[in-house]
Amino acid sequence: MNRAIISLDHLCIGQSCCVCGLDSIGTQRRRMLDLGLVNGTNIEALHKSPSGDPVAYYIRGSVIALRSEDAQKIFVRLCD
Amino acid sequence: MEENKAKNHTYYKRFDTSKDASSHKIVGLAGNPNVGKSTVFNALTGLNQHTGNWPGKTVSNAQGQYMFDGDTYTLVDMPGTYSLLASSQEEEVARDYICFGNYDMICIVADATCLERNLNLVLQILEITSDVVLCVNLMDEAKKKNIRVDLKKLSDMLGIKVIATSARSGKGLDELKHAIKNACYNKKHSYLDISYDENTENAVKLIENDVRRLAGEHINTKWLSLRILEDDNAFTLSLNNFLGFDIYKDDALCENIFLAKKLLNRKGINKERVRDLIVSKIIEESEKIYKECVICHKDSTLRDRRIDNILTSKKTGIPIMILMMFVIFWLTISGANYPSQLIYDFLFKIEGRLYVIFSGAPPLISGMLIGGVYRTVAWVVSVMLPPMAIFFPLFTLLEDLGYLPRIAFNMDKYFKKAHAHGKQALTMCMGFGCNACGVTGCRIIDSPRERLIAIITNSFVPCNGKFPTLISLITMFFTLTIANSFLSSVVSTLMLTGVVVLGIFMTFLVSYLLSVTFLKGEPSSFALELPPYRAPQVGKVIVRSVFDRTLFVLGRAISTAAPAGLIIWLMANVNFQGTSILAHFNAFLDPFARLIGLDGVILTAFILGIPANEIVMPIIIMSYTLAGTITEAGSSLELFNLLSANGWSWLTALCCMLFSLMHWPCATTCITIYKETHSLKWSALSFIIPTLCGIIICFIVANAARILSLV
Repeated sequence: MNRAIISLDHLCIGQSCCVCGLDSIGTQRRRMLDLGLVNGTNIEALHKSPSGDPVAYYIRGSVIALRSEDAQKIFVRLCD
Repeated sequence: MEENKAKNHTYYKRFDTSKDASSHKIVGLAGNPNVGKSTVFNALTGLNQHTGNWPGKTVSNAQGQYMFDGDTYTLVDMPGTYSLLASSQEEEVARDYICFGNYDMICIVADATCLERNLNLVLQILEITSDVVLCVNLMDEAKKKNIRVDLKKLSDMLGIKVIATSARSGKGLDELKHAIKNACYNKKHSYLDISYDENTENAVKLIENDVRRLAGEHINTKWLSLRILEDDNAFTLSLNNFLGFDIYKDDALCENIFLAKKLLNRKGINKERVRDLIVSKIIEESEKIYKECVICHKDSTLRDRRIDNILTSKKTGIPIMILMMFVIFWLTISGANYPSQLIYDFLFKIEGRLYVIFSGAPPLISGMLIGGVYRTVAWVVSVMLPPMAIFFPLFTLLEDLGYLPRIAFNMDKYFKKAHAHGKQALTMCMGFGCNACGVTGCRIIDSPRERLIAIITNSFVPCNGKFPTLISLITMFFTLTIANSFLSSVVSTLMLTGVVVLGIFMTFLVSYLLSVTFLKGEPSSFALELPPYRAPQVGKVIVRSVFDRTLFVLGRAISTAAPAGLIIWLMANVNFQGTSILAHFNAFLDPFARLIGLDGVILTAFILGIPANEIVMPIIIMSYTLAGTITEAGSSLELFNLLSANGWSWLTALCCMLFSLMHWPCATTCITIYKETHSLKWSALSFIIPTLCGIIICFIVANAARILSLV
């Protein structure tokens, strides 16, 4: 389990990861928590929008698009 | 507190139609966005609340009633929310209603295809009240995706009644009505007690007694204490409003809050961390229940992924989007042509008859009623009805399918560049139907700055009232000469698409300019849900969109066209110093109007068209016909001749189209903007900005064409 921690925007399409920290505060953090992004949550990067940003992620049974600015503030560890 | 309760009660009492209050039940309808809440609402009440497959469609509480077993049930449809702990407007509406509303029970609608996310809200509501029935909707979709839900187990674990429904096909609704009735008659007055971590629990214990003393037993005191500990200011404000006093004025409570926070701080838990702990716990519980009760095969989203790979990919995403827009416009233009003519001929045959019937009446009366009111209404009906009856169903199909959020997904980069919110794309889509709806829809954007941008720029999207003007001008001045009817409709569509694209471009430009001037700021965080695709129910969509939207919009257009027709007729026929008032008006505006490629009549028509954009063309035609050149304008060709005889060139038509795209929003939209922003400043800006854009662009186009001797 000694995998490097990256921010979510560096996750490649098709890869899965686990949330290990949030770097946002206030309303933005609430939004992320509302999506179910607590430590240990699985995320899979599904596809990019035509211009490359935002990216659609599979989170707890729903497909959620996040802008790179927001994904930068979510720290994840790659899954095997 | 009693007083406030009473106030709350009277608010809902106006829906109380039965004499015996005990047989009148109030049911709150809650749920995540886009779980088919509105469909359940419609299926239960028989009302036609508009539905669509995208999150955030219901923006305020809607009410409806149904009878069941001799009782009257009032259903309050709350906006969809993911949580009660967040901070957007609609989430506060839902949370305040669940906390303080005077309901008998809450019916939560959940999506069977993504239950885990939905359980989060279910648990949060259960912490406030256990008088809840869970309606697991979209069971048909879940079955298609091989998702199995163990309803018995779910019901046992949550401790509430769980009903499976497929509201679109009406399955399970009777059971739901029974369950709602039972819950109303057997109130539990209890709530779910979730055990949080030790530190949080200890902190809660410190303030719980004071909270109970102040707020009474009406609301779960532990839940209230948690909100106080995480400093949810918006919530404590609502609580103080409800209680009628400020709980922070209580010294004992404040002292204990201080102690509780000190205790948490000693353990290294700050305000953010408290929230993390609370939310994590609820999510953990949801996950546990989900894993126990739902069997899901991993490939359940495979179909959606494949579709998304085509509709949102780099190569095909945007071309498909433009193609879809083109196809919709093309079907609208080419399909509406013939029926428009039929309706027109029919209505004007009646006009002839009416003159015969009214031949005994004084000419002033018959002129006013037939030449004024009837003719304007006839024009609005014949020109508006067919395109709307085609456009609205097509658009509703896309909406039902779940395509609109994909548009927002595809376009987001451009909104980000304009420092605006990606969900503005959704509000723009609503604007195609009606700008007033689009402005109300802007509530789905949380950030006030970005919401204002979306509101102010919404009228750059041509609404349905502008389409008839645009289409008829394109047909008359640009494609009438093309003999091949297929080719001519394609060219018309291309031009209309061009106008719409210009409107979208202006939206981006103005959004950007606003965000570097009046509304400075960086784009806020943004999470857009891409809901699963659902096969639209074609038959229902057509019926619903024709009756709900088309006839509604048409009705509104007629009700403004009729009095406007009367006024314009009077203006044209009442003389002042030898010429009609209308002519005076036209002459006054003419010099300025010429400067921007229009003429006095056109500008007058736009001004008189403030009540509704639909009546701009009828007013123009009436002004010219009453001036005595031609008495009747039937087909496009006759109309073209009429306008040409009054000095119209292709440039006049082009400027008229541009000005139609960009001028002041209609009266309904202006009022809606004021209601939404509560600010004269922003309402005025919403009025001035599109008008200025229109004037400037028309001025440039008109004078460039004149200088280059194109006309």
